[in-house]
Amino acid sequence: MIDNQIIATVVVHLFTALLQLAFWRKTVTQRVLSIAGTLTGFLFAANLFTKVYTGSILTMNAANWEAPFGIVFVADLLSSTMVLLTSIAALAVSIFSATGVGRARMLYGYFPIFHFLVMGLNGAFLTGDIFNLYVWFEVVIIASFVLLTLGGRKAQLEGAVKYMAMNILASTFFLTGVGLLYGITGSLNMADLALKIPQVENQSIVNLTAMFFLIGFGIKSAVFPLYFWLPSSYHTPPSAVAATFGGLLTKVGIYALFRVFTLVFTPDEFMKTLFIVMGILTILTGAFGAIIKNNVRRLFSYLIVFHIGFIIGGLGLYTKVALLGAVFYLIHDMIVKTNLFLIAGLIRQLRGTMNMSKLGGLYAHYPKISLLIAVVLFSLAGIPPLSGFWPKIYLIEAGFSANNYAFVLSVIIGSFITLYVIARLWSEVFWKNDPADEIITDSFEPLKPFKKMLLVLPIGILAATTLYIGLNAEIVIQVADRISTEMLDTTPYIQAVLGK
Amino acid sequence: MVLIGVLYAAGVYFILRRSMVRLLLGIMLLGNGTNILIFLLGNITKGKPPIIDADLKVFADIYADPIPQALILTAIVISFGLTSFAIVLLKRVYALIGSDDLDDLNTPEEEDI
Repeated sequence: MIDNQIIATVVVHLFTALLQLAFWRKTVTQRVLSIAGTLTGFLFAANLFTKVYTGSILTMNAANWEAPFGIVFVADLLSSTMVLLTSIAALAVSIFSATGVGRARMLYGYFPIFHFLVMGLNGAFLTGDIFNLYVWFEVVIIASFVLLTLGGRKAQLEGAVKYMAMNILASTFFLTGVGLLYGITGSLNMADLALKIPQVENQSIVNLTAMFFLIGFGIKSAVFPLYFWLPSSYHTPPSAVAATFGGLLTKVGIYALFRVFTLVFTPDEFMKTLFIVMGILTILTGAFGAIIKNNVRRLFSYLIVFHIGFIIGGLGLYTKVALLGAVFYLIHDMIVKTNLFLIAGLIRQLRGTMNMSKLGGLYAHYPKISLLIAVVLFSLAGIPPLSGFWPKIYLIEAGFSANNYAFVLSVIIGSFITLYVIARLWSEVFWKNDPADEIITDSFEPLKPFKKMLLVLPIGILAATTLYIGLNAEIVIQVADRISTEMLDTTPYIQAVLGK
Repeated sequence: MVLIGVLYAAGVYFILRRSMVRLLLGIMLLGNGTNILIFLLGNITKGKPPIIDADLKVFADIYADPIPQALILTAIVISFGLTSFAIVLLKRVYALIGSDDLDDLNTPEEEDI
């Protein structure tokens, strides 16, 4: 069904960014515009999600060029769910940024760049053309470079060099893959590719191309052994930026893996095993990294890597239950990881440091905020009935039915290590007594109540979303179930795009 | 074909070096290698128009495919933007750290805030 409203979620952020450019150096106006923009974006995304959920897959042909010749935008359930989650996270980050980001950064265009980034993300989720996907990726990474370096502290630039080098390399691999794919099939439309790839005589060159995509997206989504850039750069920018990166940027890589390896390529046995091995190693290495880190944000960076292993392993098992678990985990992860970095930002506001040995006593001083944070941490650890628990059941069940006990074992070990890490974080930061010899710089207490509210509200919004995902799991399971069905049977997608 | 191989190999080699300038050169070489790859894979045709007659339903004659050129144009513009950003970033890093060595870029965890 053709519906031009798909593009609204992209356009709204473009217009917000352009409007903000007109109000250059007027930071108050930019803040209001940003919150208004993300709120409108959220409404459009919710509308799109309801339309797709109750109706069918929507498409839009750019400039009315018919698929497969023109660029097509497709909103199936996976895309629209991702757009919805992105919009929720963007809303929260935008509210948090209003006080959580320094005025100096805002003067240099923090908000317009942030909106360009979200625009790029939504575009990447919605496009149905593989070269267009590359272009959206570039929109995202150039915006993220600027966000990462804005402020220009030494640590930030150090992180940015690694981040930039790896991301440009990833894009080059991805582009090489696109070039090869065009050479083989003569098409760039993903639905058209899905039809043409099985007809290619020389399947080994198809597999070679698939490896290029795997490496490109693997770097972006930070899977083992391609993740080392992430923990060395995500702890450097301001927390609001890190929240956007941690919650959304790696997940766009995961989305691309899901899209390309379910629609365009169908993984063979070797690929599946490769995914599972990568998943297991990502879980284990990420987990051990998380155990030894003593800085809250470095720890959270490793947690990102760590939990991506669950999703990749689920994709590797490639059964309906496994995909369901992986998609559910992705839904849960996007919200929780964004929230974690916002929490790190709040801790920084409260105590002026993120080093666990210098922190302590937050529960005694701020019991309400601590309880709110506890909800998030518990759902990350997967305490039933919170949201991290349900997808793991499906992943373990899928592992058992595929007789893949190594994966089951690593999911279980991974869950325990998450619990341990969270328990350590909780006791070090919240329960331990105040370290006596440290000078506490609390920049939260002197703030006006309204500004305090702006810092706590986004964490509350995301925590409420997490609670909703956990307590209404049957609804989310239905969504994830339909997504995994669409992944395994791509005919509705192809029909919707090509119209035959 | 050989040129692409050389560009890719040189690009990867440069990226694997520790120097930041070589990193930059490596990125540029890889980008150009990819562009030529797309150009080559688009089946270059000489002296044919990139259009087909309106009344023809199928490709009767060999025609020049304009899409690879459009792709490369996009890729060139993007890599130009990325490269210029990278140059500015690396220049800034050099001014701040005073070293061209990527290994000097590690602040130990103890110095974190």
